[in-house]
Order: sequence, then C-alpha cells, then structure tokens
Amino acid sequence: MSPETAMLLAMALPLVGAAGIQLAGPWPNLREAVTLLTATATFLLVVQVLPSVAAGARPEATLFQMLPGLSIAFRVEPLGMIFALIASFLWIVTSVYSIGYMRGHHEENQTRFYTFFAVAIASALGIAFAGNMLTLFLFYEVLTVSTFPLVTHHGTEEARRSGRTYLGILLGTSICFQLFAIIWTWTLTGTLDFTDGGILEGRASALVIGVLFALYVYGIGKAALMPFHRWLPAAMVAPTPVSALLHAVAVVKAGVFTVLKVTVYVFGIDLLRTVGGSEWLQYMAAATIVIASLVAMGKDNLKARLAYSTISQLSYIVLGATLVTSWSVVGAGMHIAMHAFGKITLFFCAGAILVASHKTEISDMRGLGRAMPFTMAAFLIGSLSLIGLPPMGGLWSKWYLALGALEADKMFFVGVLMLSSLLNVAYLLPIPLRGFFAAPPEPEPAADGQDEGDHGHAPAPADGIREAPLACLIAIAITVTGSVVLFFYPDPLFDLMRQVVSPH
Amino acid sequence: MTSPHLPVLMVVLPLMSAPFCAVMRRGLPAWSLALVVTWTSFALALAVLTQVLDHGTIIYSIGDWAAPWGIEYRIDRIGAFMAVIVSGIGALSLAYSRRSIAHEIGVRRRPLFYTMFLLSLAGLLGISVTGDAFNLFVFLEISSLSSYVLISLASDRRALTAAYRYLIMGTIGATFYIIGVGLMYMMTGTLNLADLAARVPEVAGTRTILVALGFLTVGISLKLALFPLHTWLPNAYAFAPSVVTVFLASTATKVAIYVLLRILFTVFGKADVIHAQEIGDVLMVLALLAMFVASLVAIFQDNVKRLLAFSSLAQVGYMILGVSMATATGISAGIIHLFNHAIMKGALFMAVGCVFMRTGSVRVEAFAGLGRAMPVTMAAFVVGGLSLIGVPATVGFISKWTLIQAALETGAWPLAVLILLSSLLAIVYVWKVVEVAYFQPLPSYRGDVREAPLSMVLPMWFLAGCSIYFGIDAATTLGIARDAAAALLGNGP
Repeated sequence: MSPETAMLLAMALPLVGAAGIQLAGPWPNLREAVTLLTATATFLLVVQVLPSVAAGARPEATLFQMLPGLSIAFRVEPLGMIFALIASFLWIVTSVYSIGYMRGHHEENQTRFYTFFAVAIASALGIAFAGNMLTLFLFYEVLTVSTFPLVTHHGTEEARRSGRTYLGILLGTSICFQLFAIIWTWTLTGTLDFTDGGILEGRASALVIGVLFALYVYGIGKAALMPFHRWLPAAMVAPTPVSALLHAVAVVKAGVFTVLKVTVYVFGIDLLRTVGGSEWLQYMAAATIVIASLVAMGKDNLKARLAYSTISQLSYIVLGATLVTSWSVVGAGMHIAMHAFGKITLFFCAGAILVASHKTEISDMRGLGRAMPFTMAAFLIGSLSLIGLPPMGGLWSKWYLALGALEADKMFFVGVLMLSSLLNVAYLLPIPLRGFFAAPPEPEPAADGQDEGDHGHAPAPADGIREAPLACLIAIAITVTGSVVLFFYPDPLFDLMRQVVSPH
Repeated sequence: MTSPHLPVLMVVLPLMSAPFCAVMRRGLPAWSLALVVTWTSFALALAVLTQVLDHGTIIYSIGDWAAPWGIEYRIDRIGAFMAVIVSGIGALSLAYSRRSIAHEIGVRRRPLFYTMFLLSLAGLLGISVTGDAFNLFVFLEISSLSSYVLISLASDRRALTAAYRYLIMGTIGATFYIIGVGLMYMMTGTLNLADLAARVPEVAGTRTILVALGFLTVGISLKLALFPLHTWLPNAYAFAPSVVTVFLASTATKVAIYVLLRILFTVFGKADVIHAQEIGDVLMVLALLAMFVASLVAIFQDNVKRLLAFSSLAQVGYMILGVSMATATGISAGIIHLFNHAIMKGALFMAVGCVFMRTGSVRVEAFAGLGRAMPVTMAAFVVGGLSLIGVPATVGFISKWTLIQAALETGAWPLAVLILLSSLLAIVYVWKVVEVAYFQPLPSYRGDVREAPLSMVLPMWFLAGCSIYFGIDAATTLGIARDAAAALLGNGP
C-alpha cells in the first residue's frame, strides 16, 4: 500500500468505525469488537506511513478546493507522524481501558461515547496530517465539537456548566484569535501551505509577525496557555478514559502540536529568532509552568490535580516552541510523546482507583497501595516520568528542552525547568508514597455494605487486594512499559525531530 | 433546455398557476399543482443559471417590445443566482409545507395559502430577473402583498397584528422606492436600469438625484430590515406559519438586498455614490449596529422563532457590511452570505417547524428533551446552529472567511475584530437552545413526542446537507459570487 493511500485510509477508517459502532450499538460485545478492530487497523495504517516519512519522503494528497486557491490537503512530515503514531497507538490502549472502565463503572450511553471517541480520533489524525493551515483549522474545530458530547457525557448540571466553559473557551479563542491570524496570514502571503522554513519571510514587518505569532499561540486554546486554560480542569467532569486520551493526549497535544507546527512551518525557526517576536511568550509559558504547578499542589481532587499538571506540562512544549532553537524544538516534539505516555498512565490510574474504590480525593487515598498495589506502583512510575527521572522517557525531553534554553543563552528557563521538576516531585510523589506507607483510614462500617448495594462488588476484607478490572490493568501495563521503553529507545523519535529542525 | 423563453417562463408559470390554486376547494390538488410549478421553476432557474454562466447576460424583451418602450428582462450572474436561491428554497419549502400546513392552517384556507405562495414566489423571481425599475416595483408589491396574507394565515391571532405592522412598514418602503424611481425618471427620462446607469453620471450631482438616492436607499432598507428599520420583522417571522417563516426568511430579505446592490452598483455604479456620498459609511455603521444589537437581543429571547428572527437581522448586518466595503471581495462576501444564510436559516426554521408540529410550541422550554425524542430534527438544528456560529465545514465559515478577508484587504482590521466578536454572540444564542434540547429531560406530559414526518425531515436535511456540502466545497458558489461582484463593479465578464 502506498503511504498516500495509507494516510487517507487512516483518517477515513475511524469514521467508518464510528458508523459501525452506531450500528452495533445494541450488542455491546460486538460494538467493543468494532472499536478495538478499528483502532488496531488505524494504528497499523499509520505505521505504514512511517518508513517513507523516516526516509525523508513527504506523502501528499489534495482532496478538493474548499475556497478558491485553498484546498483541503494533507502532507505528512515528521512532527505530524509522531503525533499520529501516539494518538492512534494510545487509542487502542484506551479502548481496552474504556471497556473495563465503562462497564465497571456502569456508565450509560456507551454507544454514543465510543462513536464520538472515534470521530475525535479521526479529527486528531486530520490535524496531524494536515498539509495547510486551513485543513488543520477545519479538523481542529471538528475535534472541539466532537469532544463536547464526551465532556458532557453525564448530562448533569455540572457537566453542562463545564461543557459551556469547554466550548466557550475553545471555540472563542479559535474564532477570535486563530481564525483572525489565519486569514491575516492568507492576505499577507496568499498561501497557507506548511512549508519548510515558513511562508512569512519577507512578507511582513517584525511588529506584524510578533502580533500574528501571539494571535496564533493564544488562539490555539487547546495548548492551554494561561489565561486560556480554564477549559481543561472543566473537562475533567468527563469519564476518565476521555480525560486520559483526549485531555492528556489527543486534544491538548493537538493544541501544542499546532503551536509547534505554526512555529516551524508557518513562521520558520530562523525568522522568529531573528525578529524575536516570541520572547515575551517564553515568559508567559514559564509563568504557566510554575503557576499551574502551584495550583496543582492545592488540589485535593486527583483528576483536578492531574489537569493542572497537564497545563503546566503543556507549557513545556510551548516554551520549547517559543525559545525557537533547534534543541528546544526537538525537546518540545519529544515531550509530546513523553508526556503522553506518562500522563495517560496517571489518568488511567485515577480511573482505576475510582472504579475499584470509588475514591476521587487524594486525602482519602492513604494506604490505598495495600488494596491496589499494581495501580499505585504504576502511578509512581508515571510520576517519575513526568518529573523527568531515569529510567523514564520524560528525562530526554526535559534534557533537550534545557539544552535549548542553554542554546538560546537563557539560564533563567533552565532554572524554571528545574523548579518545575521539584514542584512535580512535591505534588505527584506524595500520592503513591502515602498510598504505600501511610496507614489506611479507619474503615467506615457502612462502606462495604453500601458498596455492595450500589455496585454489586463482592465484599472484600479490609486489607485484601481489590484491584480495578483486568482490562484497565492491561492498559496501564502497556503505557507504563511505553514510558520505560521510550527511555531506552528514544532514537526513532529523536531522528524524526532532527528532520524537523534541519530539513535535508 | 436552451429555449430563449426560459427566463420569462420561470416567472409567468407560478404567476399564472396561482389563480388555479385559488379556485380549488381542497388542499391536496392545490398543493400538487403548486409543487409541480415550483419545481419546474427551480429547474428553469438552474437552466438559466447555466446558460448565463456559459454565454453571459441574457436580454429578453417582453412581447418583443424593444427596451425603452417595452419591459426588458436582463439576467446576469447575480440575477440568475438569486433566481436559483429563491426558486430552490421555494421548491423545498413547498415539499415541506403539506404536512406542516395541514397542522397549522384550516382546511378551507389551504388553497389560499398555495395561491399566495405562488404569487410571492413569482414576485420574488420577477425582481431577480427584471431590468426595469418600475416593473421591479410591481413585482416587489406582488411579493409583499402576498406575503402579508401568508403571515396572517397563521392560527395565532397575534399574526394578524404582525402582518398589519409589516403591511404598514412594507408599504412605506415601497412608496419610498417608487418616489425615488419617479424622481429618477424625471431627471433621466427612462425606467430601464441599464439606461439609467448610462444617464445617471450626467446628472449625478443634482439635488433631485441625491434625494432620489435617499428615498431609494431608505425604502429598500425597510424591505431588507436593516437596523433600525427592522421593527416589522421579528413578529412577522415569529407568528407566521412555520413554512412561511422558512420561505420569507430565506428569500424576501435576500431579494431586497439584491435590489440594493442593483441600485447602488448597477444604476449608481458609475457615479460611485457609495464613496462620493458616504453611503458606504452609513451602511457600515448600521450594519455593525445590527450585528451587535440584534445578536444581543437574540440571546434574551424565549421564543426560538423570534430568536432566529433576531439572528437573521444580525446576519443581514453581515451582508450589508460586505456590501458597504464596496470592494470586489466585500461584495462577494455579501453575495455568498445571501446564499449561505438562505440555506442555513431555511434548515433552522424548518427544524423549528418540526418541533412546533410535535410539541405545539416554539418556546425554548418546548425543546427540552428533544435531543432524544426528535434526534434527526435536532441534529439538523445543531448543523444549522454551528453554521450560524461559523464553524469550519459549514457554509457560515465560508461567509465569515470571505468577509474577514475583505476587511483585512482594505486594511480595516478593527472591522475584522468586530466581525469575530459578534460571532461569539451567536455561540451563546445557539447553544442556549441546544443545551435545553440535550440536557433537559423530556417532560412527562410530552411522552408521545416523536420524530417529524419524512416529508418534512427530507427537505430540512437537504438544506442541512447543503450547508455542510457548500461549506466544504465552496469553490463553485464563491466563484459565482466573485464573478457577480466583479460584474456589479463593472469590471467582470
């Protein structure tokens, strides 16, 4: 199969899968089989594209003209390849996890859930493979709209409020700033194609370039740069698999991916560095890194803490993009992968804890390591990866980001990265440590009985092992392994990113 | 089909069939006749459009009387495009009308409805194709008078006052228009639009012509419901029978905008009044006011039909904003939005009509739980709503893109910012309805609510489908709009 065909099929297949899921709705086992099959096939298709991209080819396809002179077009370059690989691979893992979680948690409307999930993945792949800014923007908005039913899955008043914040901020920033910037770019240059070295060189004054860059960075609300970050904690009202894949991987990574893509292929690293239009944004990113970490520390709800941690980590990537040195961009690209594996593990664990013990608050999780040793161990490993300690993949991306800051001759940001690591230690590690070493709170007498009545779990002895459903554990095992593997074999990732910063 | 008589047939057919509908005693035969006629008109309009695109402007003299004496039809790109919009919406809403009318209008009045519908269609089509200022007035009155009747046919008695108000305002508008035409005739001695265009520059500076321009602009602005001359519109749309709202919202104001384009650019184009007399600035300010004031008012409406009516006023603002820039891109933004807004608003009002049929109400509360009870209808509503917001892959995005591009090309970036800000207001009023439909449970007393009949769902989804299709593949429609704009500015094919 030619890489072009594989690329187009990879985007079309999840949509076909979504239709299949709808049709198979009445038969849950068949429906889940369709999801798993589609996810696996999609990943295999994406893998088909990899060899040619790694070899330096850029598979292209133009579908049709949307506006005169502007087509819906796709072109796979290394950065998009990385994003597509991560999104499609983790879709399989998340599907396995979802089956355990959604059934274990007795969620309703599961057919709708799996359908929109597939649509969201299709749009994420569309973003990854987009060949021009218009195509990217199209899928960016489809992703926003298709994840709305997932965020508001429970249909409660809280879900509705969060849904408003979610849609309001993401649509608002993208329409007000991003679309504005895109049309402005189009009137300046007459093209929106992603081009090596950018398209704005010599087309605009330094001031205009600075303003445009800010419009893009803030217009990409999915990157959650403060003060447009509120949607991310709001989205935590969704079922955990949604938080895991979409709000730790697909949606937020679509955001930072777009920032990187715009930096490299619309502005061009050299142009941005010479005009210096991105300097003040480095400080905004640094501020987001530190402030979000501090906020995370104060959150007792586990998912809320992870959400703020995500905001902080996303700004690593924004910082890498705005530093505009080769190393910082390499680090930013690698951090997309590293953070994806680390954070999805943590969210999986949060969901597993919820399903098995119905706990959402960190203060209730003392001593939980005895009942859920596997989950808590996985949480520890995921945390280590986010902190950036060996033998976890997170080390490499932080390493290159720091190198990038040094290359730009800005020690300040090396300091920020180090500080952030310390803050990560402070807000992540206590959770598994207390889980293992603190004494569990006195069991409430009614707890087990009530549990049985509500959810039909077999009563277990207070100090016995009570882990999450097997499907959840398998998924967690895979992502943990992924984090470790990325430490020992970061080379493919690194080589792809090298192509981005020094083409040919 | 390349008969030279196509343009006139398209208008005469509905005009002549209308009396036949009037003498029929029952709804079904009248509906059948009207259905055949409207779809034939639509086919003719499409044939005329292809002919115009291939061979350029068609000139047709009625009864073979040459132009200054007889009436001339002159159909260029924009005229043919308007005819396609009007007859297309007419054909779809007629298909939609049978079940909807059966629910909303008494048996004895149904033939009257189809009569008036055909007359209104004939009038609007006539305006699109005629090349004569007085003939245009006649068609304007045919379409307006019949639409007053159409509105008053609703069973809601408030429709009578709404129709009466529209009658008064509409008549003032028409009178202003005819006074303007009279003054023009006095100064130039012709009523033919092409001749007027040739003779206006000689007398352009005179006070009489300026007064005529004032009368014409105000008169037409009343008809197209430009803020603050819009007061007739919200109630007329809110209380009219559902299908009448669909038809009028998608065609009547659009045709009035077309007339404004004709006057400003065809007749006064060489005199360049839009710059020389600051008409452009006046229109721009009013358009911006419409975009913001009407959108804000829409947010606070409890009646969904009224909400959409105010949204229409805001959308008229977008169209006029494009026109007021008087550049090729600006005018094409206005023209493309005529088409785009017609299809999305058509779909939205059809969805509201379906809801009215099943729940008996168009208040926001009536939408509670319909996301589950009427999934197909509500999905169409969501598509139309996303299009109003201007989400990519919908026609609304294409309009917004072109309009912002036009603003940036002229260096007016504050305008671009204002356009984007106002579209945020659309998110609020669209989502207000969507939230109720999907997050509130169906009240128990509405337990028997089910999906609308197929004959209503199909036209609705045809329009909703169009608003996605032409949002993804807009090269054709935007191409027509650009050529039409270039032709209006006098430098096109």
